[in-house]
Amino acid sequence: MSEPTRRRVRGDGVDLAVYEQGDRSNPTVLLMHGYPDTHAVWDEVAERLAARFHVVRYDVRGAGASSRPFGAKHYAFEHLMADLRAVLDAAAPGRTVHLAGHDWGSIQGWEAVCTMPDRFASFTSVSGPCLDHVGHWTRRALGRPGPRGLRRAAAQGMRSWYIYFFQTPLLPEALWRAGISRAFTRALEIGEGVPARPGHPARTLPRDGAAGVGLYRANMAARLRRPLDRRTDVPVQVIVPTRDLFVSPHLVGGLAERVPNLSLRTVRAGHWVPRSHPDAVARWIAEHAAGAAGGPLTAAESRALRRARVTGDRRPFEGSLVVVTGAGGGIGRATALAFAARGAEVVAADLDLVEARRTADLAGRAGPAAHAVRVDVADAEAMEGFAASVLRDHGVPDVVVNNAGIGMAGPFLDHTADDWRQVLDVNLWGVVHGSRLFAAQMIERGQGGHIVNTASAAAFTPSRSLPAYATSKAAVLMLSECLRAELKGAGIGVSAICPGIVDSGITGRARFVGRDEAAQAEGRDRATRAYALRGFAPEGVAERIVAAVRDDRAVVPVAAEAHAARLLARVSPGAMRLLARLNVD
Amino acid sequence: MSNNVALARVDDPAELERFRAVQRLSYACADEVAATLEPGVTEREACRRMRRWLRAHGVDDWLHTPFAWFGDRSAFTGFRVPTQFLPSGTRLEEGMPYVLDMAPVKGGYCADIGYGGVLGENRIWDRVDADLAEHRTLILRLVRERRTFADVYAEVDALIERQGHRNRHRKYPGRVIGHQVGVIGGVLPKRVGLPFGVRFLQTIGRELVTERVKGRSPLWNGGDRSRHAPTPGLWAVEPHIGFRGVGVKFEEMLVVTEDDAYWLDDDLPHVRRWARRKAA
Repeated sequence: MSEPTRRRVRGDGVDLAVYEQGDRSNPTVLLMHGYPDTHAVWDEVAERLAARFHVVRYDVRGAGASSRPFGAKHYAFEHLMADLRAVLDAAAPGRTVHLAGHDWGSIQGWEAVCTMPDRFASFTSVSGPCLDHVGHWTRRALGRPGPRGLRRAAAQGMRSWYIYFFQTPLLPEALWRAGISRAFTRALEIGEGVPARPGHPARTLPRDGAAGVGLYRANMAARLRRPLDRRTDVPVQVIVPTRDLFVSPHLVGGLAERVPNLSLRTVRAGHWVPRSHPDAVARWIAEHAAGAAGGPLTAAESRALRRARVTGDRRPFEGSLVVVTGAGGGIGRATALAFAARGAEVVAADLDLVEARRTADLAGRAGPAAHAVRVDVADAEAMEGFAASVLRDHGVPDVVVNNAGIGMAGPFLDHTADDWRQVLDVNLWGVVHGSRLFAAQMIERGQGGHIVNTASAAAFTPSRSLPAYATSKAAVLMLSECLRAELKGAGIGVSAICPGIVDSGITGRARFVGRDEAAQAEGRDRATRAYALRGFAPEGVAERIVAAVRDDRAVVPVAAEAHAARLLARVSPGAMRLLARLNVD
Repeated sequence: MSNNVALARVDDPAELERFRAVQRLSYACADEVAATLEPGVTEREACRRMRRWLRAHGVDDWLHTPFAWFGDRSAFTGFRVPTQFLPSGTRLEEGMPYVLDMAPVKGGYCADIGYGGVLGENRIWDRVDADLAEHRTLILRLVRERRTFADVYAEVDALIERQGHRNRHRKYPGRVIGHQVGVIGGVLPKRVGLPFGVRFLQTIGRELVTERVKGRSPLWNGGDRSRHAPTPGLWAVEPHIGFRGVGVKFEEMLVVTEDDAYWLDDDLPHVRRWARRKAA
């Protein structure tokens, strides 16, 4: 770990402890800590950024090794901003810097980018809203008293209990001094999964906590009561932890009106994201800084920036990477196109490269340029290579649709061992490989994702006519349910889609075992005609797949018969067993 | 009036020439009206312009009055009832595809044409339009091979499927990809019955009966009635393909003789457009 060098800078009547690391000739990133932290809350992030940036941090007045003036008035914004200017003048004279703030550091950051925008090239806000904006937001929520606005305002009001508490004189200081810090450290470990380590929480926590109460007393009430009209043209990125106990994710609502260049990144995390997700935070700060400075970006980086950007005409999957197997036709192609039309960059994989290319061409016209890859999902080695090439060329996918599958019908005893192997290799192992390889990438990246597995209504519909196919699909359904349970914690959703009778082209390639060629063709023809008569198009399934990803649905029966079969399988398995004896092919 | 009077005599060059003239007139109308389309024009207004133009050029009756479909209506998105085919108040915008479709009658001779275009640039439309070109070649080849009409229909659909598009002709009444045309006459007045000309309805109605007796149909679709070798005559063929709210079609007359087939005219706007694209 590169040790930061420490020096003292004279702020607005106080001495500030400033820490620097990384090459000074690199662009400067200034990291501001919140309450009741010190600069050390950023240790992990700073270390990751130091290779590419000149990283500057300082202990805000009242915290860590900086002066601790007594009395709330010393903690008003004007003094804080003067401190910040002093640090900028000392550490990055004449340069614009990339600013990132957490909690109160972010609140100060907002004040800084709104009042002295020429000093900053970009701003990353983590869990600390602009107070003026909160004021406007609350007024709007209360001014239009719908149940939702009121509920959100009330929820944020509950989360802000500590703000009111900090307005009470003396009691908070007394509690900090009385040793509440040990409980705080414990709560951090249990509630947020952030264990104590040297430096954080700081040894000075009782004193920092007591002094920092001044931040709330000096600034909060005035700004929330009479919010100023604060705007900025500095490119702003807001990292929104969705499980933050103190700041409601809804607070970013309406922000785009005041910040024209706004990006949002959501992360499934609690309040102390810089400690719990340092990799993601460091990567996002670097990406945002590079994007704002117009620096060189990889394909994955520029897509991630596009994805985060808030614009009026933004499509819901803008900047997402979506991998679809079996994308050469039917449900796979329709799904690839549905995601592309919503702004996703698509990787269309199929055994048939010509058809995959066709899908990529069409997807590229409905959305961003798409890619075609030939891959046999049944081939473990090929799938490893495929996953590696996606990672190398395009980055980690946000959505993976394991859709490739084959149909097979006929009596059990007419299925040879090879028939079984073929069905299971494609329908089950294809899904296993796809889920295994891409879930690993998603977990490694730590930004969640979604895996969609195309099962079938046959998964809960026993039938004497489809023993191998239905078995493989039932396995896919169960695999999806198990995987969903496991990946939940990583923010990765898993959905199993059970389409039903869909005119997808699967019947035209299905095998009817135990028949000669002519009878095979006849079976295919008959099934194809029946499926066409049902008239359910793959586009309908594709729409449901998109919705399943958006709403994180576990099992999605699509057509009416799939719903009916699922219901009957639950209500009366006996009836299903009777129906299974019908010989339909 | 015997049946032969109504059907086009495909062995009579003079008669074919008169059909060709009406078809050319229709395409000239489509070209000119398309050139006047600008953002904000409604389908109804476009149809009015086509009607006026054709009337001014001697058209005196209709198989059906002009249609115009703008935007995703060009792909029949959400079409469930026949009234949705009628011109609506949908306004044209930059980048929108459109389809014009008209079937005028002049002195008893008729045409039925489809004309696709786009206002400005649309990359999807370019793709779909380029793919549509293959169907003109395919249909002619299969008809020359004397494959049954139902077969041709199935092959067209299979190609659409491979291309990744949707066949929009299945949305037409009777799921037709084509219908027979002939000389329009009869005692009924030259009136329009929402939106088909009554004399055309009379003709097609009579044809439905007489052809049914022979086990054939003047309508060409994928059904059992079309399971027969191509019937000699003039056929207005209209493959219509769509991709996500973008629809493109052509409709023009195919001459089917006892043992051959050819397109009535090869000097048409879409044929020239495809040739230019191929050359580029």
